[in-house]
Amino acid sequence: MQFELTEEQKMMQKMVREFAAKEVAPGSAARDEEEKFDRSLYDALGELGVTGICFPEQYGGAGADTLSYILAIEELSRVDSGLGIALSASVSLGGWPIYAYGSEEQKKKYLAPLAEGRTLGAFGLTEPNAGTDAAAQQTVAVLQGDHYVLNGSKIFITNGGEAETYVILAMTDKAKGARGISAFILEKGMPGFTFGKKEHKLGIRSSQTMELVFQDVAVPAANLLGKEGDGFKIAMTTLDGGRIGVAAQALGIAQAALDHAAKYAKERVQFGKPIAANQAVAFTLADMATQIDAARLLTYRAAYCKDKGLPYSKEAAMAKLYASDAAMAIAVDAVQVYGGYGYSREYPVERLMRDAKITQIYEGTNQVQRMVISAAILR
Amino acid sequence: MEIVVCVKQVPDTTEVKIDPVTNTLIRQGVPSIVNPFDKNAVEAALVLKEKHGGKVTVLSMGPPQAKDALKECLAMGADAAILVSDRAFGGADTLATSYTLAAAIRKLGAVDLILCGKQAIDGDTAQVGPEIAEHLGIAQVTYVAKIDIDGAAARLEREHEDGYEVIEAGLPVLVTVVKSANEPRYPTVKGTMRANRAEIPVWTVADLDTDPARLGLKGSPTQVRKIFTPKQRTQGVLIAKDTAREAVAELIAKLSAAKIV
Repeated sequence: MQFELTEEQKMMQKMVREFAAKEVAPGSAARDEEEKFDRSLYDALGELGVTGICFPEQYGGAGADTLSYILAIEELSRVDSGLGIALSASVSLGGWPIYAYGSEEQKKKYLAPLAEGRTLGAFGLTEPNAGTDAAAQQTVAVLQGDHYVLNGSKIFITNGGEAETYVILAMTDKAKGARGISAFILEKGMPGFTFGKKEHKLGIRSSQTMELVFQDVAVPAANLLGKEGDGFKIAMTTLDGGRIGVAAQALGIAQAALDHAAKYAKERVQFGKPIAANQAVAFTLADMATQIDAARLLTYRAAYCKDKGLPYSKEAAMAKLYASDAAMAIAVDAVQVYGGYGYSREYPVERLMRDAKITQIYEGTNQVQRMVISAAILR
Repeated sequence: MEIVVCVKQVPDTTEVKIDPVTNTLIRQGVPSIVNPFDKNAVEAALVLKEKHGGKVTVLSMGPPQAKDALKECLAMGADAAILVSDRAFGGADTLATSYTLAAAIRKLGAVDLILCGKQAIDGDTAQVGPEIAEHLGIAQVTYVAKIDIDGAAARLEREHEDGYEVIEAGLPVLVTVVKSANEPRYPTVKGTMRANRAEIPVWTVADLDTDPARLGLKGSPTQVRKIFTPKQRTQGVLIAKDTAREAVAELIAKLSAAKIV
């Protein structure tokens, strides 16, 4: 069994870490405050090739592995988990389904610019009345000659409004339930495709979350992803990969919380000694570090399984479940270690606590992860 | 255009700890990085290559792990890297180091431009670059912030505290580069992968035409008697006013506020 990153993965990790520390970290508190997604940072990730790490060279990628890409999300999320999820949403949710199910033409047209970071991707499944219950989709697509006509709306869409390329799920045959769902590639600017309200969120405020509205959007039949009725399968397998990204995001948040808490505990002096000299604090840090290691092993293992072509649905769900719960607990503890200062926006840990919460919710709540895991073991 | 950039792997810390007994750097537990000024030199070389074509070779003398520093330069976009490494080179001071590097550059053949960082952040001597030029018998221009190449000549802006000195030099020339010259680029993902797969040749004492007496500890006349941290000088305050009277008034106010007068 191998527990060490390869030389290439280490170099990739170092490179993103350096970029994150110098270019991303300085403005992250301000972007949180202003609820601002900074596209120029994403563009820079594109120029460095981070957006294409795990896609083949023929589609504008670098041909590296999923684990290297996961390391990038982790490193970015240590300083700005909004940017971390913007990358994950574009690559895992926008790009991957096109890579896995798209035609050669679709890959050339949509995947290559996504991999090169020239475009931003997004994924639309959730609706006001269809969260976990994907089969309750109210967005419909009706074939009319050489195009589908889409009507409906999607909510809570990460990168919504900013993205140029959207993978959208819509019902093509209501009678078939989940098997009547199809996936389409939509472009920003298609007539009838507009954006609703921007969500004001508790955390990950440096990422943009918007409602998508479709009013008689004519989508060329060539933009159907896979076959009619493939949508549910596409959505579920896409989310399997996305969950590894969310786990990595949670891991980055957790690591940042520990780093800050450990540093503060060594510096903060009360009763003539650093608070880290108290076991109550030191043991908290020990628990944090242990949970982070467990989360990291689960997350990297899920990425490894994906790279090796092994089943990874259960593994991704476990990674996301554990890493997000760990991130939440660790961020709360980090605020506690900071005491009153932790509650202040002057210090970074309250933001980590706000950012952590979403990782337990999106791309399937942690209750849904338990459904996935239990279904796999009870099969 | 053939460009050689000399780089050094240094410990990543601005507060280098010194072993009080041996008077040497404590390297244990300190991660290694490419000397920051050398990255400015690599960046300058890459920009020149993009403009004039040619090849950028990065060269380092050091232990085997210095390959990591060379890989980082390859990931930034350098075309080739060579590590000069041998136990015989160990313990070299700046003179022996520059002598060895000069021999390696000679072995590389015709070179138009040799770039170095203005100094390494560990030893801070700023001697190796200029000494290489001396060994090779070529011109040198230090503390350069801007490099333009026009045919067989280089037009250089040498940084001073209060301005720039413009110097023209024929090629080949050795130039040491300051921080303000540029903002070194980040390695790219593809560059990183290419660098990781690159074979970095290691030149040993057998590969270089050198006098053994001038290598390593034996060839190093420098003796370090003592290393200490100098007292920190605090920044002066400039009182700029329209008249001497106003300036004096401000000065007296500051002095009395500090309870000096």
